[in-house]
Amino acid sequence: MTPLDAKRPLQLNHQGQLQHFLSLDGLPRELLTEILDTADSFLEVGARAVKKVPLLRGKTVCNVFFENSTRTRTTFELAAQRLSADVITLNVSTSSTSKGETLFDTLRNLEAMAADMFVVRHADSGAAHFIAEHVCPQVAIINGGDGRHAHPTQGMLDMLTIRRHKGDFKNLSVAIVGDILHSRVARSNMIALKALGCPDIRVIGPKTLLPIGVEQYGVKVYTDLDEGLKDVDVVIMLRLQRERMSGGLLPSEGEFYRLFGLTTARLAGAKPDAIVMHPGPINRGVEIESAVADGAHSVILNQVTYGIAIRMAVLSMAMSGQTAQRQFEQENAQ
Amino acid sequence: MTLPNPADLIRQMAIDLNAHLNKRGISEPRFIGIRTGGVWVAQALLEALGSQSPLGTLDVSFYRDDFSQNGLHPQVRPSELPFEIEGQHLVLIDDVLMSGRTIRAALNELFDYGRPASVTLVSLLDLDAAELPIRPNVTGATLNLSPDERVKLSGPTPLTLDLQNLSTDSAAL
Amino acid sequence: MKFSILGARVIDPVSGLDQVIDVHLEAGKILALGAAPADFSPSQTIDGKGLVAAPGLVDLNVSLREPGYSRKGSIASETRAAAAGGVTSLCCPPRTKPVLDTSAVAELILDRAREAGQSKVFPIGALSKGLEGEQLAELIALRDAGCVAFTNGLTNFKSNRTLCRALEYAATFDLTVIFNSQDHDLAAGGLAHDGPTAAFLGLPGIPETAETVALARDLLLVEQSGVRAHFTQLTSARGVALIAQAQARGLPVTADVALYQLILTDEALIDFSSLYHVQPPLRTRADRDALREAVKSGVVQAISSHHQPHERDAKLAPFGATEPGISSVELLLPLAMTLVEDGLLDLPTLLSRLSAGPAAALRLPAGRLTAGAAADLVLFDPAASTVAGEKWLSKGENCPFLGHCLPSAVKYTFVDGRVSYNG
Repeated sequence: MTPLDAKRPLQLNHQGQLQHFLSLDGLPRELLTEILDTADSFLEVGARAVKKVPLLRGKTVCNVFFENSTRTRTTFELAAQRLSADVITLNVSTSSTSKGETLFDTLRNLEAMAADMFVVRHADSGAAHFIAEHVCPQVAIINGGDGRHAHPTQGMLDMLTIRRHKGDFKNLSVAIVGDILHSRVARSNMIALKALGCPDIRVIGPKTLLPIGVEQYGVKVYTDLDEGLKDVDVVIMLRLQRERMSGGLLPSEGEFYRLFGLTTARLAGAKPDAIVMHPGPINRGVEIESAVADGAHSVILNQVTYGIAIRMAVLSMAMSGQTAQRQFEQENAQ
Repeated sequence: MTLPNPADLIRQMAIDLNAHLNKRGISEPRFIGIRTGGVWVAQALLEALGSQSPLGTLDVSFYRDDFSQNGLHPQVRPSELPFEIEGQHLVLIDDVLMSGRTIRAALNELFDYGRPASVTLVSLLDLDAAELPIRPNVTGATLNLSPDERVKLSGPTPLTLDLQNLSTDSAAL
Repeated sequence: MKFSILGARVIDPVSGLDQVIDVHLEAGKILALGAAPADFSPSQTIDGKGLVAAPGLVDLNVSLREPGYSRKGSIASETRAAAAGGVTSLCCPPRTKPVLDTSAVAELILDRAREAGQSKVFPIGALSKGLEGEQLAELIALRDAGCVAFTNGLTNFKSNRTLCRALEYAATFDLTVIFNSQDHDLAAGGLAHDGPTAAFLGLPGIPETAETVALARDLLLVEQSGVRAHFTQLTSARGVALIAQAQARGLPVTADVALYQLILTDEALIDFSSLYHVQPPLRTRADRDALREAVKSGVVQAISSHHQPHERDAKLAPFGATEPGISSVELLLPLAMTLVEDGLLDLPTLLSRLSAGPAAALRLPAGRLTAGAAADLVLFDPAASTVAGEKWLSKGENCPFLGHCLPSAVKYTFVDGRVSYNG
């Protein structure tokens, strides 16, 4: 059994519905498609004058961010508010937890204050799984990003972006460029693309930034940007963090940009109607040229809008799945 | 029990609707069908009226009052209202009026788009089982079913009504 | 007390004895095998029919957590747990608080062990002060206080030169040095084996070369200094191959492997279960299979538990925030019997790897079931089973085998002729 075949029953309830949203692996294509379809409906809501629906009225959504993030946190807040939920946001810096209260206790206390759902972002891979399994199994846990492991809502909003701009995944060629090794976005994207039937998934980067055994995701590896971008329909650029230079993984930002930076010239090798994506925040002049980031191929700003709709979809589906599971358990207890 | 023929009902409903709109002095209402059955009825009704008006479709999944009991409906689709709601006279069309909650959800949703001047409710069937004070302005037929019975509309063409008995029909619902 | 164990299958790996024969114990020693002396009348007779009597197990790596880590364990609790696993002699590593780098700490441990009266404890002293890898510890003082060997654990020496000097010093006095070969820089930040599983889970990896690069260096320094060397906690196929090559060259190095490394692989991590978080890490199936072959061939002559009990909180956190270690000494015999069940080893060979092999590696007075030897024995039923966790004596419940049904059950553990455990 390869890791990619491993099931994730933890996040699905007895009827195969989402009751947590921890990672994309193990989720069937039908479920991923349902998330995208539901998000389409929420996009329509976002285009109205009153952008709210009453679905989560009376419910409390708690954003618990152990890792800093303005963008993801804000979009989750917006998503929950547009579902009419009450929203609390906790920015727990690591130093305060090291002062004594464990992750376990922090969340248990919040649960006792009657939170119905947690959105958690944490620097440790597997944190969301740990919380869903050991801390609060009866509260929907939404993974807002755990270490390098997964960022499932980003993966889904990237898929929604591709679907809305390119239609079906059946004939697409998608390239993911940059620091795959440290990227939870890349991992979620590779899994989602494969599950949705994309036949040509490419990862492009230097060996130091590619994880061992990346082929297990069903991707083709390129270390040359021009070769990797040839005739692709979608280019997903990943953010390069400063620390990679000090870790000895790269000599300099300049050299990275020369080899793997997406410039107008490099983009010319892709299909003429190719779209350019980036999870943000972008490093202009490091992984992407300003002209490309702001240019006609870029759908980077649309991704943000799609992100709110995807998060609304995931929040409502997970809440719905938890409710169904509680009912199932009550009926079976009788 | 024999079920009425939807085509017959719709012919009469067109006449009744025109009469109602004239009485109220409403000349160019906007037509909105509630997905899915209400949209079929609306299409047939517009044809019977000989109207070229655009038809709005409303999906009420996000406004249902039973989310806590039943969760999210898996077949959510976006609503499409190709016209302004603010200040408009609306004709809201559904297929079967039972508890009235679908209509309440539809009204809540419509008011989030804007403030209509009026809403005229049209329903193909009224089962006389409303749990809320909601009554259609125009009805095709009123039926009294026994507790085990349900009625289902199939469409879009031809529109047909089927009676289902929950206790005996294995294919019920 | 005088005991007679009648009709058990007695296996003594060193002499090759494997027969159904009576065993008589008196005054803490094995008095005789076979017919009892004429004037011998036992205070207790044990019916050994269907049971196996073997030398008490010798476990080279058991963290007792005392002094300093009382939430995780104590000498009393962990030696009791060891006895339940059939262990009569064990070695505890120097990572205590304070570190075992002074004779006072060694004496404390030995006193507590004597009080507890369970398994015999042979402490391993720190090779460097504070285990910091800079200054040599007072090895002779530690030896005289009871330390049987010396190690720096997973902490690297600050320089190869200091390490080399430490080995030469130890060699002067014929002291054994135990190596946990892992290169600090290659392993830095790593939580799991650097392979597809870790890559998929997003866990920072520890490459195999962290072990082999350090092993290659350590073996060459052993050769240069002439020090007696034992290599512990091997995890990789390439690693055991290096040991085998060195042995073939005539270098008298010995090795042990943690029992769980012969059973588990990195695939166990797939649900981020912290129960499988260990250092050095679980590696691939190919590595596990090579370790199993090395145990079979004798390149690795000892199997240890690598017992590391933890309090609940240490494991109740996201994977990267948990402490590494598995608590398993009290399952040593039944868990090891799975290797016989799998057909990898026959029973005498397994028992050798668990008793005579480890004793010989560190020159311990243990691992013999023969007239005149200390009465350190384990008596077990190979046809029964042990449900792990039904009774649990260790303070640490961090054991992934809890709830498993394991082959064989320990009936008696004798230490110096006293019943230390009665199952």
